[in-house]
Amino acid sequence: MQLPSSRSHTRVASEGHPCPSGNAVRARLADGRWHFQHGPIDLIIGADGDRAAVAGALARVWSRFQGLLAELVGELWLLRSPVQEALGVTGPVAQRMVGACWPQRERFITPMAAVAGAVADELIEPFHADERIARAYVNNGGDIALHLAAGQRFKIGVCADLSRTGQREVHGLDADFQVTSQMPVRGVATSGWRGRSFSLGIADSVTVLARTAAQADAAATMIANSVNVEDPAILRRPARELKDDTDLGDRLVTVAVGALSAQRVREALDAGVARARELGALGLIHGAALWLQGAVRSVGCRSDQTRERCSQ
Amino acid sequence: MIPDPTEPDLGAVPVSSDSSSDARKIVCNACPVLCQISEGRTGACDRWGNFNGGLTRVDPVVLFKKVTGTAGEITGFAHKEDWDGSVVSEAPLFVSGVGSGTTYPDYKPAPFIVSSRHEGVDMVTVVTEGIFSYCSFKVKIDTDRWLGPEQATVRCQGEAVGHVTTAEYGSQMLSLGGVHHLTGGAKREGRVSCALMMDLGNRKPVELQIEGGSRLLIEAGKPPVVNGVEEQRMRVGCGSATIGIFAQQWYGSVDEVVVVDDHITGVLTEHQAGRCLAMPASGIKIKGKRSTPGRYFQVARPGTGWGGTDISDPLSIVAGFDPQVARPGSRILMVSTTGEDAEFFVLDENLKMTPAPMPKAVRSVVQRIGENCEPALTSVLFLAGAGGSLRAGVTDNPVRLTHSIKDLLVNVTCGGAPVYLWPGGGITLMVDVTRMPENSFGWVPTPAIVAPIEFTMRLKDYRALGGHVDRVRTVEDVLQSERVRVVSWGALNPWPVVPHADR
Repeated sequence: MQLPSSRSHTRVASEGHPCPSGNAVRARLADGRWHFQHGPIDLIIGADGDRAAVAGALARVWSRFQGLLAELVGELWLLRSPVQEALGVTGPVAQRMVGACWPQRERFITPMAAVAGAVADELIEPFHADERIARAYVNNGGDIALHLAAGQRFKIGVCADLSRTGQREVHGLDADFQVTSQMPVRGVATSGWRGRSFSLGIADSVTVLARTAAQADAAATMIANSVNVEDPAILRRPARELKDDTDLGDRLVTVAVGALSAQRVREALDAGVARARELGALGLIHGAALWLQGAVRSVGCRSDQTRERCSQ
Repeated sequence: MIPDPTEPDLGAVPVSSDSSSDARKIVCNACPVLCQISEGRTGACDRWGNFNGGLTRVDPVVLFKKVTGTAGEITGFAHKEDWDGSVVSEAPLFVSGVGSGTTYPDYKPAPFIVSSRHEGVDMVTVVTEGIFSYCSFKVKIDTDRWLGPEQATVRCQGEAVGHVTTAEYGSQMLSLGGVHHLTGGAKREGRVSCALMMDLGNRKPVELQIEGGSRLLIEAGKPPVVNGVEEQRMRVGCGSATIGIFAQQWYGSVDEVVVVDDHITGVLTEHQAGRCLAMPASGIKIKGKRSTPGRYFQVARPGTGWGGTDISDPLSIVAGFDPQVARPGSRILMVSTTGEDAEFFVLDENLKMTPAPMPKAVRSVVQRIGENCEPALTSVLFLAGAGGSLRAGVTDNPVRLTHSIKDLLVNVTCGGAPVYLWPGGGITLMVDVTRMPENSFGWVPTPAIVAPIEFTMRLKDYRALGGHVDRVRTVEDVLQSERVRVVSWGALNPWPVVPHADR
């Protein structure tokens, strides 16, 4: 369990900051990957293949990225509404969001459930357009869009517990997936209460493979919401009390999960697995892996390796 | 590919039960989302928040970038978004404890255990924010004014937060904060002390009242304000001392020097310093009370004029000349104790001082007085004991860390700033807060003070002292997976990632 420290309440930088500019920025990381950032969007982009082709695609991605946030903001009020009320959106990313969330409309969902994946999908397009590029990815905070030329593959590692970040070289990841060009998977997304977005459920992490990153994003959000159980060890708060302008309104979101009994963990995972199977049957996901307090369950596609681990 | 492990940052999302605070919302203009943020919350990006009604960047981990050829200043903050990635990747980086967070319970490894290389040697820096129950601030206030009696209680917002300790050269020392004020008194005393300590450490101004003494406004690295008056320069010395320091340098260029001072005005040819140079008496008569030869008290009233007196015309303290001794044509300098005021005169036939252009040789000595006056400052040292449980975040055998520090195998820094380590037991250190990054200090409700601390050592030494070697990660990994703020490192502090043996 992660203890919120009161430290952070007071740890604010009050020194004169550079005037916050409204512009997107980018930086090349030491290992050649790129970091694009604009407001709440953080992307890590990597590509292999013909150098000139990669450079050309990256330039197109950058030019597409710069106006993207403003475009989304223009329709933000619609995108924060239940998906049924958001059909009128016109922006291409907004339409991807609505498209990915529409099949899940039986339960409360707003297009925001797929925003990260939809942005990744939009920005992977320039890589698809050039056959000289072997493979590429756009990682939007864990929601990843992939490009794979024929015969190519990605090995995807999942770190189910963010609090153990940095120890991965030592302990290994919680799972490795292979995504090959023959598979119908071009999107990977992860959701959980520890992530930056709020979750109605208690899953440490739910990772979903799907045809697009937007579909994976929406599905991961919904499956993670379904991994749930009632227990006094779970602390929930109305989303509105935690964040202004949240699309979740007064819905209770998870802010802390204490140690749960094995029975509770099983019940919660069962609920999530049931939801994942439904989505699998509808053809919306290719597979999913669900983690909760050291226990892991997978649905659909078999991960090459999912490791169960005792919670520390 | 790993999901971007951005911290959920629960702590930065203070829970407010008051949902009717719309009036105090601010609009963040950091990006086109234009979040409307309530007091105490962050926007969609978790980077910017509304704190005390101002748009504020929430602290990420501070990394230092070693930059050569810049002035010795921590000049500013290069946000991650502003990187020129290539520059960052080439320059050595040091992860500071600022914003690193802390771990609980103690046995958990420190938040960052970072490997790097220094001239081919594998180094490890263990980075954390220590929670210090035992800590205080020692404050030196440069002033000649009387601040209050030794041992007097120092109050802040009416609460006892410290005491006056010894008077030192040109200054008065205060001891502020400490465990007895933090936890020993009433609840409010603890809270006020904690806030005062955090502000002092973060170089914010604090207002104090000394019982039976002065009212103070102090801020680390700034001139103290005593009873509403800001101290300027520290005087080079009293008028008599000034004569003593510069007599030889004046010799030959002038026949008389009067250093005007509210405390002790000095007269060169009467002063022992002039006698030793065999300077003939000038016959000048100074108003006020004569003390010992060449020293006069109360030449005028205290004020904001020459040398802390109320005069603006130096001739007003000259009573005349002894006609038996005075020689027309004598060259006379009148100057204040800081060199800020100076006039040059020549004695005419009627033994009247007439203004004359100041010769270059004389002017240069006047300027030297000014050069030798240091600005009056408030200096703030953080004194803290890290001998307790935070050591467990470094090694599973805490006493070995203490021993390794004593053996100079481990370099201890606070926010990258060098520390003075006290001899004796424990890890008790002192550090100048102005050498630490801004806003290095935080608090926890215990109440206790939170401050960054880093332990840097060779990898082999870290292994030997039972360190959490399996938790070591690279600087590059920190850079990519954490929200960071990169700060330029100047020459002010030595680069921390240098084995002690190489210093």
